[in-house]
Amino acid sequence: MSVAARLERDWRRFTPVQRLARHAFYVATAATVVLSLRTVEVIPEFLYDAPAQMGDLFGRMWPMDWRYFGPTWDALVETLHIATLGTILALLMAVPIGFLAARNVTPNPALNLFAKFIFVTSRSVNSLVWALLFVAVFGPGPLAGTLAIAFRSIGFTGKLLAEALEEGDRGAIEALTAAGAPKLSTIVLGYWPQARPAFWSIALFRWDINIRESAVLGLVGAGGIGVALDTALNLLYWDQVAVVLATIFAVVVLTEMAVTLIRARVI
Amino acid sequence: MKAAPQSAAPARRGFEPNWPARLGWALLLLYVVYAGSRLGFTWERFAAGLEHGGRFLARMFPPNFERWRLLSDGIVESLQIAVIATFFGILLSLPVGLLASRNLMPPWITWPARGLIALCRSFHPIIVAILFVKALGFGALAGIMALIVASIGFISKLFAEAIEEISLKQVEAVRATGAGFMNVLIMGVQPQVLPRFIGFATYQLDSNLRNSTMVGIVGGGGIGATLFTAYQRFDFDFVLAILIVIVALIMAAEIVSGWARRVFQ
Repeated sequence: MSVAARLERDWRRFTPVQRLARHAFYVATAATVVLSLRTVEVIPEFLYDAPAQMGDLFGRMWPMDWRYFGPTWDALVETLHIATLGTILALLMAVPIGFLAARNVTPNPALNLFAKFIFVTSRSVNSLVWALLFVAVFGPGPLAGTLAIAFRSIGFTGKLLAEALEEGDRGAIEALTAAGAPKLSTIVLGYWPQARPAFWSIALFRWDINIRESAVLGLVGAGGIGVALDTALNLLYWDQVAVVLATIFAVVVLTEMAVTLIRARVI
Repeated sequence: MKAAPQSAAPARRGFEPNWPARLGWALLLLYVVYAGSRLGFTWERFAAGLEHGGRFLARMFPPNFERWRLLSDGIVESLQIAVIATFFGILLSLPVGLLASRNLMPPWITWPARGLIALCRSFHPIIVAILFVKALGFGALAGIMALIVASIGFISKLFAEAIEEISLKQVEAVRATGAGFMNVLIMGVQPQVLPRFIGFATYQLDSNLRNSTMVGIVGGGGIGATLFTAYQRFDFDFVLAILIVIVALIMAAEIVSGWARRVFQ
């Protein structure tokens, strides 16, 4: 091949199969979006008066009814307890299942698969649905909310913990095994110290998410600030709704700041 | 934590007991007891709940697929909401994420963009859906708008982080050829971030699908309305049927998005 021919070669970054797959992806995406847009039932008239409705909404929200802050505050404390207790409970359940799911700690494919199945089930069901189920079982109240948060969080925390365990260094484990340590000791003194920073990071991350999630559980009767929101919404007291929303916003911002601070200082 | 067996010699111990950590665990236990009593958790309540739970499960089985038309209509609407919300959410997140990336934009642009992202992230999609249901009326449109807001909050942040991690050498090389800003973006930035963008986009589709089955509880369209109505009418066998379909749908979506991620690896 001469130099000139070489220069005129048609350079391409991807193989034909890769290109075909990419184009298939683009076509499938476009087709799905167009199909959805053409078949979805939307009433366009509702869109035209949306700005007026939004204006009306904010008009009703202002001025805020700060007398409602008392009940909101009690509900807020309940929400924080639900989120924190739910996270702790989730971690208690997720740690053993995470150890079962990590392939290097539990060299048994059937058990690994069983643990992964628990994670997928926990994550696939939305926290509101978990809350509905637990309200049906334990009745309305924070107990249902705490259990909903806990069961919803097992999948997320357990999966990340299992990944952290699998990334652990084998050296320390082998040293312990060579010294004659039983399985429990290798877990407590070998695997656990390596996964500990990841564990606290996962716990903090999930706690942050759970505070947001627990704020809406009250809409289905599972306790917390959502109950205050639901009451105000059902009575159409938008000035009280505004108080609850402002409180939720403040708490979410504060927790995010706290989590960032703890992460920078400790982990 | 377990201490290692002690030897007679005063030599150093392998695993020192960590007193601050033990104190921390004790405080955590105290908190659990305190918070549990604040929320009124008692053993009787739990035991009574288990009894209810047995009856509840008995009424759920076997799942009832008789009203499958209602079920499939709701699922199709949830899918439409998820697809449309993801599409427009990502379309809007691309510029917002770009504006929020600190390596390509000056601070006076990144700060407002980051503020917008924080605002979109701070409320749960269900709460946003309540506001949109008030503004736009009941139906799929409110759900779509709520999930678009949620997508902007989540995806823009990840987009901005992905752009901040790119290598600036390629950007400089493209710039050195005299390319304009758009060409720098298309030839210098896009090839570096596309695989990660696709990953985030498919992740957001999964997440929107989960939430689109829920916005119906507050009137935002989709299967959630059917689910909540069935729940309030104590049709628990139909509730179970809906839940089975939702979980199957979400698992199918995860398989499809895994395929999409592999294509763009």
